[in-house]
Amino acid sequence: MSGHYTNLIIGLGIVSCAFCTYLANRAKLIDEEGLPLFFFPRLLNYLFWLFKEIIISNFNTAKVIISGNVEPEIFTVKASQHTDVARVTYANSITLTPGTVTTKIKNNILEVHALNSDFGDDVRSNEMDKKVKLLEGER
Amino acid sequence: MFLAALTACAISALLVLARIVLGKTTFDRVLAVNSLGTIIVIGIALHGFYANRPEFLDIAIVYALINFIGTVAILKLFSTGSFKGNKK
Amino acid sequence: MDLFTDLLTGLFFFLGSLSIIIGACGLIKLPDVFSRIHAAGMIDTGGTAFFVLGMIMQSGWSLITVKLLLIGIFIFFTSPVTSHVTANLAREKGMVPEGKKIGKLL
Repeated sequence: MSGHYTNLIIGLGIVSCAFCTYLANRAKLIDEEGLPLFFFPRLLNYLFWLFKEIIISNFNTAKVIISGNVEPEIFTVKASQHTDVARVTYANSITLTPGTVTTKIKNNILEVHALNSDFGDDVRSNEMDKKVKLLEGER
Repeated sequence: MFLAALTACAISALLVLARIVLGKTTFDRVLAVNSLGTIIVIGIALHGFYANRPEFLDIAIVYALINFIGTVAILKLFSTGSFKGNKK
Repeated sequence: MDLFTDLLTGLFFFLGSLSIIIGACGLIKLPDVFSRIHAAGMIDTGGTAFFVLGMIMQSGWSLITVKLLLIGIFIFFTSPVTSHVTANLAREKGMVPEGKKIGKLL
């Protein structure tokens, strides 16, 4: 981070990383959700799609704020994923695209607040749900 | 170019400050403080480029970390009334 | 080549400035907490993404690029967490948003 790459500093970094890992292992903080490795092969594809989606909905949100036709609505959708990690990914993706926010989660039912009925239709069409299910893969 | 971007940051920071002063509920204020933190992170990074001193980026990283921790801590204080963990 | 990167930086900065100013106006203008969260999310995602892209164009390949990407990735991952925590707490405290309610709520 600082541009200095002497042996001492790199050695100290390795030692502190190993010490932290030892402490986390001793406190039993490591479980199967720590590093979801089964995502990684398909993650890059999904991130590109998500980035494109974020920019598109940014422009739509800007249009709604300027023109002022705000008709908020709130509804529930069902998440079809099996693991908790995939559900959290789905909920975070919904929240990350401006215009839709996840307000509550109970088991596999998400409560979503949308700024406009267009955004609501976007979520209700289940396109993102299918993408995240593809990302999760066959289990 | 950087000066123009910094001006835009300043204008939006003023607008967000107006929301902090006006805000009806606590959630409005917390949300506006979080947005103000994001704008300040961008502003610090831009100022580092404007003054040709890229060391400011380190400060921007630390500000982003502290902003997140501060927002979650304030909301936790507001919801439970203390910073303690969940009782079992 | 230099002119091209400068033009691209200018375009990204323009889009980012537009994004954060419209987000801040929305934060003033929209009616209730749940709607304002969308404007705050616009500042967090759109503003940061465009500004970081513009600064990466300006910096070239060095350690600065890594730090900028680190800022971008960090805000990208923490922005939905703060939005969701705020919205969830507002719902837990019993606030009901304005507008249509479709189906049974949790």
